[in-house]
Amino acid sequence: MRDIFTIALIWSTIRLATPLILAALGGMFSERSGVINIALEGMMLAGAFTAAAVTHAVANPYVGLAAGMTAGLLIALVHAVACIRYRADQVVTGTAINILMIGMPAFLSGAFFLSSGSTPQLPKEQLIPSLPIIAAFLLVPIAWYVLYKTPFGLRLRSVGENPEAADAAGVRVWRMRYAGVLLSGVLAGMGGAYLSIGQSSLFTRNMTSGRGFIALAALIFGKWRPVQTMLACLLFGFTEAVSIQMQGVVKLPSGDDIPVQFIHMVPYLLTIIVLAGFIGASRPPRALGIPYQKER
Amino acid sequence: MTLFRELFFPLLAVVAAFVVAALLILAIGDNPLVAYGLLFGSAFSWPDGIGYTLFYATPLIFTGLAVLVAFRCGLLNIGAEGQLYIAAFATAWVGIRFAEQSAWLLLPLAFMAAIVAGGIWGGIPGVLKARFGSHEVINTIMLNFIAVALASYFTQYHYKVPGDPIMQTSEIGAGAHIARLGKFIPGLPERIPVNLAFILALLACILVYLFLWRTKWGYELRATGTNPTAAEYGGISVRKQIVIAMTISGALAGMVGINEVLGYRYRYYDGFSDNYGFTGIAVALLGRNHPIGVIFAALLFAILQRGGIHVDGFSQNVTKDIVQVLQGTIILFVACESFFSGQFSRFGLLRRSKV
Repeated sequence: MRDIFTIALIWSTIRLATPLILAALGGMFSERSGVINIALEGMMLAGAFTAAAVTHAVANPYVGLAAGMTAGLLIALVHAVACIRYRADQVVTGTAINILMIGMPAFLSGAFFLSSGSTPQLPKEQLIPSLPIIAAFLLVPIAWYVLYKTPFGLRLRSVGENPEAADAAGVRVWRMRYAGVLLSGVLAGMGGAYLSIGQSSLFTRNMTSGRGFIALAALIFGKWRPVQTMLACLLFGFTEAVSIQMQGVVKLPSGDDIPVQFIHMVPYLLTIIVLAGFIGASRPPRALGIPYQKER
Repeated sequence: MTLFRELFFPLLAVVAAFVVAALLILAIGDNPLVAYGLLFGSAFSWPDGIGYTLFYATPLIFTGLAVLVAFRCGLLNIGAEGQLYIAAFATAWVGIRFAEQSAWLLLPLAFMAAIVAGGIWGGIPGVLKARFGSHEVINTIMLNFIAVALASYFTQYHYKVPGDPIMQTSEIGAGAHIARLGKFIPGLPERIPVNLAFILALLACILVYLFLWRTKWGYELRATGTNPTAAEYGGISVRKQIVIAMTISGALAGMVGINEVLGYRYRYYDGFSDNYGFTGIAVALLGRNHPIGVIFAALLFAILQRGGIHVDGFSQNVTKDIVQVLQGTIILFVACESFFSGQFSRFGLLRRSKV
């Protein structure tokens, strides 16, 4: 049991938490402005695919990272226009984007790389394994500062809590919501890019495998606050790291492997429990999910 | 006029999605007409095309109905995926555990397992919402992952045939098999897996219609969905309706297990669902949250699913992933109804009331 809790485990936790932190902070900006974002998964996939494909094309991972973030931004723009301009149901739109983004990267990979949904392998020198990690952990205090100490953050929170009052006070509700959703796309795109050109060296079909939803879970578990959300991401990253390290190493007294399925369930169970208010109430922004239309 | 509008916008959304996907196919240097020809061409041949289309439509009718019932109560069930996994596993469990029993006992038991397990898994987020006010969307997402993990755990550690490299359980008893339609329809070979569950799906459409529009309970459920505050004033317990709607919704999603386990594979196969639960959302929305609409929408998505295989095989650059692109785009356009309809948007069914 001792040999598991090592520096390697801590390092692995940090690496696994990084994409979660980026996506969850993104989700925080969107949801704090009042727009539900279950499309984080799709935005991450867009970022992951685009980053890997562009890095392959130009042999420069920084351009790839920028492209991945742009792809996240464009997907977020679709979500924003649908939810804000056309007052579409935010959950339905998010689901549509997630389905679309399972298909789109695989479709494009098939066409460009004649593969069954993955991009070509990148050489080691074209990867950026540490930059996104540094960015993720730097972004936590920055997000905190922006959200709580700047006029932008105050306005963002106000349109998520009480858009009518914010509007009366002169805040442009739609503009703030666009800003929130677009920020979520950029950050989730970065989180996805880290998966394909940081942690790994290519894009594979559906490579996020639910991380967008774990990020969403962390956001709720962290009560829509930056520091708590980061801690939740670290916790969920830790459970994943443990489950990877334990495989084949730690045995139950009966001699069997500990089923990884139970460790995988932890983030989801915790989210349900905290949402039900068993570990301190987790209250979403009051206007979350409600489209805003100016009274005429 | 109403019927026209009900038909016009979904059709417009479908056409718009096909135009978008056609541009995408053009962009990668292929011919959209050829791709679409492959996509639809194979669906209407007899017996394989029609047989498989009906087979693929079966789970989508169930999940479409599941989403519909919840939606009519103002809830969004995006947990059909988890509900159908739990239900399919429960069905297989009954089929294995009581394998020696006669069909007279085994079949009703297996049916019950699918319906009850799905109902419970759907009821949980209902209870959580009614009791604690936690949002059903988040809870159903979380329960999806938990369901997949649970079913996979039991399959891997307890019900797999030792040495089998495939993640699947052992076979269910022969008494739990339901007949394939080929047994009754001349010219339809029994190798095509469309089975009695398809008839059950059509029956479920009728039952859901009768329940929602012809009974007091259905009226109360819809009243809750239309205006929960008014419903509460009218003496309807909104909390009770939430639990009822989610339970029925889960039970309908659970019936996918009947098609999959009792009519097709005769065992639980890990990861069998091709996003049926999420496609159910598309089916319900495109079908205007009406049972008749659900049947047609399910057929459309079944055709795409069947056609996708042919696109993969015969097209130069286009892969079957175009189906998911189409599906996502269709939902997006349906959700943005006001994009097409402008002032008509106030008739949109998509306006959900907050409970």
